[in-house]
Amino acid sequence: MVEVSPAPLRLVVDDERALRPRPGASVPVVESEAQLRSLLRGLAGVDAVGAEARAAKLATRSLKRETKRAAIDLALSMVDLTTLEGADTPGRVASLCAKARRPDPEEPDTPAVAAVCVYPDLVATARAHLVGSGVRVASVATAFPSGRASRAVKLLDVADAVAAGADEVDMVLDRGAFLSGRLGEVFDEVVAVREACGPAHLKVILEVGELVTYDNVRRASWLAMLAGADFIKTSTGKVAVSATLPTALVMLEAVRDFAESTGRLVGVKAAGGIRTTKEALRYLVVVNETAGSAWLDPALFRFGASSLVNDLLLQRRKQRSGAYARPDRVSVD
Amino acid sequence: MEERPASTLSALEYDPAPESAGLARLREGYGLFIGGAFVEAADGATFETINPATEEPLARVAQAGEADVAAAVAAARRAYDKVWRKTTGAQRSKYLFRIARLIQERSRELAVLESLDNGKPIRESRDIDVPLAAAHFFYYAGWADKLEHAGFGPDPRPLGVAGQIIPWNFPLLMAAWKLAPALAAGNTCVLKPAETTPLSALVLAEILQQAELPDGVVNVVTGDGSTGAALVASPVDKVAFTGSTEVGKVIQRRLAGRPTRLTLELGGKGANIVFDDAPLDEVVEGIVDGIFFNQGHVCCAGSRLLVQESVAEDVLHRLRRRVDQLRVGDPLDKNTDVGAINSAAQLEKIRELTAWGEREGATRYTSPCALPERGYWFAPTVFTDVAQTHRIAREEVFGPVLSVLTFRTPEEAVAKANNTTYGLACGVWSEKGSRTLWVAERLRAGVVWANTYNRFDPASPFGGVRESGFGREGGRHGLEAYLDV
Repeated sequence: MVEVSPAPLRLVVDDERALRPRPGASVPVVESEAQLRSLLRGLAGVDAVGAEARAAKLATRSLKRETKRAAIDLALSMVDLTTLEGADTPGRVASLCAKARRPDPEEPDTPAVAAVCVYPDLVATARAHLVGSGVRVASVATAFPSGRASRAVKLLDVADAVAAGADEVDMVLDRGAFLSGRLGEVFDEVVAVREACGPAHLKVILEVGELVTYDNVRRASWLAMLAGADFIKTSTGKVAVSATLPTALVMLEAVRDFAESTGRLVGVKAAGGIRTTKEALRYLVVVNETAGSAWLDPALFRFGASSLVNDLLLQRRKQRSGAYARPDRVSVD
Repeated sequence: MEERPASTLSALEYDPAPESAGLARLREGYGLFIGGAFVEAADGATFETINPATEEPLARVAQAGEADVAAAVAAARRAYDKVWRKTTGAQRSKYLFRIARLIQERSRELAVLESLDNGKPIRESRDIDVPLAAAHFFYYAGWADKLEHAGFGPDPRPLGVAGQIIPWNFPLLMAAWKLAPALAAGNTCVLKPAETTPLSALVLAEILQQAELPDGVVNVVTGDGSTGAALVASPVDKVAFTGSTEVGKVIQRRLAGRPTRLTLELGGKGANIVFDDAPLDEVVEGIVDGIFFNQGHVCCAGSRLLVQESVAEDVLHRLRRRVDQLRVGDPLDKNTDVGAINSAAQLEKIRELTAWGEREGATRYTSPCALPERGYWFAPTVFTDVAQTHRIAREEVFGPVLSVLTFRTPEEAVAKANNTTYGLACGVWSEKGSRTLWVAERLRAGVVWANTYNRFDPASPFGGVRESGFGREGGRHGLEAYLDV
């Protein structure tokens, strides 16, 4: 198997509009649960009405012409093309990999997606079909989606995925422990998984639908970032409420503030329920006006989705030809 | 190894997304609306209304003189005596519902027209002004047949003919605030729109025709200050005025000794008070909504930011980043956040007061945004190191200019917030409910918002105390201004 080194994360941004860390910024060392608790409780609260109003206001931005074309291509390049079904087969994963490399064979300049996201047992298959493509392999792990397993089993799950060639590991936060206030336990687990990942990037799934409040989302975001997450991710896509625009807004505020106070840039992945180009572009607007242009990069923002790609492809064709193509012009998976 | 197409975007520089000006269906000339018909001024006088974003003329509008105002008041009196006072509440309700629906049907036209004539961004006229105007008619349509349950006695009577003078900052919305409760209570009206923004009120008059509102129940006389003065001098039963404190005082003097009722909604110098436990990201949005909404042309604007010293640096850092993001420019562009200043005179006033701010020693920060070459523009501006004695902390700028002061204790915040001759609106930001209530009880202001700012709803009464005026608009309280109680 040919080793493909993952593209480096962009840690230094030379864009003049990019955010600049405060002088002396560094990631605080967490030494005790009490310290972690006071740090998380010291974060400013989120006013739910205000956050939702802000997201709704940003959703009225109108992207036209060149901006729309560029945004559609950017959104495509940010997709983690995902299949997480019990019925997944090596054949289906192979087909998904082909789509990831060349989403629209009739339009050769269509950008490839960022990654293919599968269960650990299919990582090797995905790896084999993505060799040389630059498309990364992401694997869910740590007893996805519930996270209800012992630490040892979770770490084995991670080691298994990494050994099979995963470039990125999507772990689930232990919501049970978080909601019952056992923050140290949650923190330690993320640190342990971070170590088990080795060179692979770690995405921590907060499962915002189970955290429920924006205050929890903000604190969980900080906890994951302090513990070493490369990405914070909204959802597994397996519970009733997945990514929402206000939740993404709160998480983007968290990565922005974290970058300013520590100098470390953490990515955000919005996953679950994003199916249309219109929705995806709204997320990009929120990224642009919250975290800033540095995050308009697949290294720092991702969409976890499957059906979104086809809508992006159809809209992309519409932008070019002026007419809507029939849905059958793009492959179903 | 295949080359992967690089992403083409470093920042989302939004391409122009303009709403079509043609939707406003502008005409070359607009007449006065008297007795149900559009007519020229008796002496044929007209004036020009311009687009403040381009300085281009939009239309010529009739200038009502004393004779025209007298005719309008006579038409309103006739309509009151012969028709409107005899209608049942249910009938008035029917007309108000119709008007509300017609505003919704013609909402795009009204939004574009409002942005052209006033300079406000289409996002605001589309999402706030026009829907709220319709909402006011819907709300008071519901009251028209329930007046005996409004708490003003078993059979409250209307006042008669109301003369209503409205400002240029929310032309259509202020017309709705004035007309809806007056009509619901059974009065007839003579409405005088502001000189620089007469057009949407005249389209509203067209809508009244469409709704088959009986002739003369509402009359619209356009013109400058002399038209307003003539209306105040005429035999009306009620004057309702929204505008500057200066003019409000003149009107009050003129009406002294006359039986005419009066309500005034005047200026303000609202304080937005931010405590250290506030939700800071939403605070920043609230500050921005408080002072940059409608270019700061808002009587209840949160033009003074009082921020607790311990979080001042953090809040100002976030605020400055957010102010830099505000998109200033073409009001018809759907992505514009801050539009044009309404007139050359207003721009001059803003420049004068901001120059005073610098002269008196405050530190000025102005957004680096590019401004169009033609038209009236003023970049969003924040003054720090402001003292209570500075003119920019005491006088109403009525523009996108924020004065920042700090405090250490809740007592100090209240003392500073109340240290103004005005008393229209304040905001309190804290996650601690008991503190919010403690502060709100002590603020001398007609409106106190908690963890939000510049939110309006037809069910909620609005109005000031002290030099911000008296009388309430909106809600059950808004009926009182038009009932003989």
